[in-house]
Order: sequence, then structure tokens, then C-alpha cells
Amino acid sequence: MEGLKIIFFNYFILPGFLFSAVIGLLSTWVDRKVTARLQWRKGPPWFQPFADIAKLFGKEIIVPEGGSTFVFLAAPLVGLSAITLVSTILWMSNVFPAVGFVGDLFVVLYLLTVPSLSAILGASASKNPFAALGASREMKLILAYELPFLLSVLTIVYKTGSIVLGNIIGFQAQHGITLFSLSGIIAFIVVLFVVQAKLGYVPFDAAEAEQEIISGIYTEYSGPALGIFKFSRAILLFVLPVLMITLFMGGINILSPLGILWFVVKYVIILTLIILIKNTNPRLRIDQALRFFWGPITCLAALGFILAMIGW
Amino acid sequence: MFNLFKWGFKKSPWVYHLAASACNNCDIELLDALTPKHDIERFGMVLVGSPRHADIIIVSGIVNRQSIERFKRTYDQVPKPNLVVAIGACACSANMFRDSYNFVKPMDEIVPVDVYVPGCPPKPEAIIAGIVKALEKL
Repeated sequence: MEGLKIIFFNYFILPGFLFSAVIGLLSTWVDRKVTARLQWRKGPPWFQPFADIAKLFGKEIIVPEGGSTFVFLAAPLVGLSAITLVSTILWMSNVFPAVGFVGDLFVVLYLLTVPSLSAILGASASKNPFAALGASREMKLILAYELPFLLSVLTIVYKTGSIVLGNIIGFQAQHGITLFSLSGIIAFIVVLFVVQAKLGYVPFDAAEAEQEIISGIYTEYSGPALGIFKFSRAILLFVLPVLMITLFMGGINILSPLGILWFVVKYVIILTLIILIKNTNPRLRIDQALRFFWGPITCLAALGFILAMIGW
Repeated sequence: MFNLFKWGFKKSPWVYHLAASACNNCDIELLDALTPKHDIERFGMVLVGSPRHADIIIVSGIVNRQSIERFKRTYDQVPKPNLVVAIGACACSANMFRDSYNFVKPMDEIVPVDVYVPGCPPKPEAIIAGIVKALEKL
């Protein structure tokens, strides 16, 4: 019973839902503010994402006629629960490296695709042509970025010789972080592009291109269901940089104040990179995105893996 | 009592633009209100493309025989509660189309209109002020 309580606490409050949602929503505010400053605007106040969520949870939810009600309403929850679990596993592995189990890295990789899959499910269940178009694009995007993503993670697995997150962090604590090597840098660049696509940011936002297909996969969602999608997107914006920090930058040393400061610095650097890529690029068509990922990016990831095998 | 939903609505009204049958003049002025110079994101306003995400419907133009069905249907697609702001002389009083064969009936007999912003076309500042007035009605 006590163990169950701790698990619930971890999942819903501290490293899990509440904590990552708050930090994630603040990160989306940073994103909107920096975007506004880059466009010579003033930008929204800091509580803007919280106001959005508060409003969305008070509004009516409309289920489209002819759609599948159950799948339509369950899809956002599936995505949110999966991404919350990812956040919990990552933070627990960083704070207590011993609690990990064999292969938790792969559990994280699998669960990271679930938010995209849930968006596809919900969009397909909504019986809207724009949503269907967005779902098909999102599906192609998943097919495009998963291969280079897995290759880059394999590079790290080869370098550290472990598929346990805690051991990867431990290896980096002993032998120096994986970013400080040629293959590590290449894998980092590849994962940065993949993160951009996973977040659905420009240049890979064809799935919800608001200028051409309304809001793509989220077209039919209103009220609380849209709010839950906003939550999962915000948590994703927090979790993906944490995964990059864990894999490439030696994880988070939460037990010392300096470690927390270092984590904040690393997180802000990655967030700034993501926002800068988002704001300085045009949108790629879905075929261009597919060619980009299967061509240069996969070649780069394979090169990184080969370099890791040579020992660079 | 502090009402979280009301606070959220006031701080994040998402705007949906519904051109009933406008001459494009009000629409251009509305687009002007979205430019960096006026920057309505300061107030949390975002232009959304889907009526499902809308909180405030901004209507421009008269409602004519062609658009009345679409107008009603689009209004029904918006999740409640929502607000309606009519911008431009046509939306307020049908202007010079009052006696036209194509004019059906005044807008407030079709949907409840919260705020009227007169002008042909209204300035972007007037549109923003109208939306803020509409929010005060909550």
C-alpha cells in the first residue's frame, strides 16, 4: 500500500504530471515570447499558457457527428498518460539511477511515439477531411524520423554499452559526456532535428499547418480534449530536452545546487536551439520532410554509428 | 469568488474570423490588427482557423441569402460559451445594403451579438477596443 502511494505520488505529482506540466507550460510561454520578440512584437504575459488551459477546461466539448465517440475522447488521454510516464521514468532514472530496469531506454523510446499515434487516432476518429489529411501527414512524419532517431540512440547505446538509463548516466559520469566526441555530436544534431519533428514545430509542422489545413490533426477538438492535447504537447516540450540531456549531456545531478543550475543551463540551451530552428525556417512539404529525413539525416546518423564503432 | 474559467476566458480569447459577405475592407483591417504593430497576442488573443477552437467570433459584412445557412451552421459549431463581435457598418446596420434584394435580416435577429464596432472600415484599434469591451460583458 505504501509502495502504491509512492508510485501514485511519483506519477501524478513530483516528477510526473503536475511538475512536468507546469515546467512544460512555462516552456511553451518561453517559446511564444521568444517568437514574439523575434518578430518585433511584445508577446504574451507569462501566465498565458495557464490561462489558455483554464479557459479550455471550462468550455463545451463537441463530438462531431458520425465520428467514433469513444476513440475521439480517449485518444488525448492515451497520449497524455504515455508522455507523463516517460517524464516519470526519465526523472526517476536521473535522480535515483538504481531504480531503472533493463531496457527502460526502449520503453521510453516506444512511449515517445504514443502522443503522435494518439493524435493520429483522434484525428481519424473525428471524421473531418482536414484532420484526416493531418493524420496522414503525421503518420508519414513518424515513418520518416523514427529510423534516424533509433540509429542515433543506438550510437549512444554502443558508446556506453548499456540499455539502462541509469547506467548511461553512470557511464557518462565516469568517462565524460557523450557529446564530447565526433559521433556524439553527430547523433546530437540528428536528435535535435528529430525532436523538432516530434514536437511538430516548423519546419516539420505539415501535420497541423494552420495556413493550409486549418489546424490539421486538432481541427475537430474543442474544450477539455484540446486542453489535454495542449498538456501533452507542453510536457513533450519538457521531456524531449530532458531525454537529450540524459543521453548526451550526462543527465541531471539533482542532489547538489550546482547540478540543478547546470540542468537549467543545458535545458535553456536546447530550448533556445529548438525555438531558433522553429523561427528561422519555412515549412517543408511532407515529401520534402520525408526526403530530408530518409536522405541526409539517416546517412548522418549511420555515419555517426560507424564512427562510434571505430571508436571516435 | 475567483472564477478560474472567467479569468482564463478574459486572458485568452481566441478569435475566429467569420466573413458573412464582406467587401474585404473590414477583413483587411482585421488582418492589420494581427500584425506585429498592434500585436493582439499581448492580450492572449490568437487567430484560430477552426470554429471548434473559437471563443470570439468576429463577423464582418451583411448576412445575405447565400451565406445565412453557412453562418448559422458555423455559429452552431462553436463551443459555448462564446461571444460575437460585429465589425463594420454592414454588420452593425446593413449600411447601404438595407434595401437590397439579397439582404435577409439584421444580424442580431440571427445570432446574439455582444458588441458592435462601427466604421467603414473600423480601425484596428477600434476592433481591439471592441473585443476588450466584449470581454467586460462576461
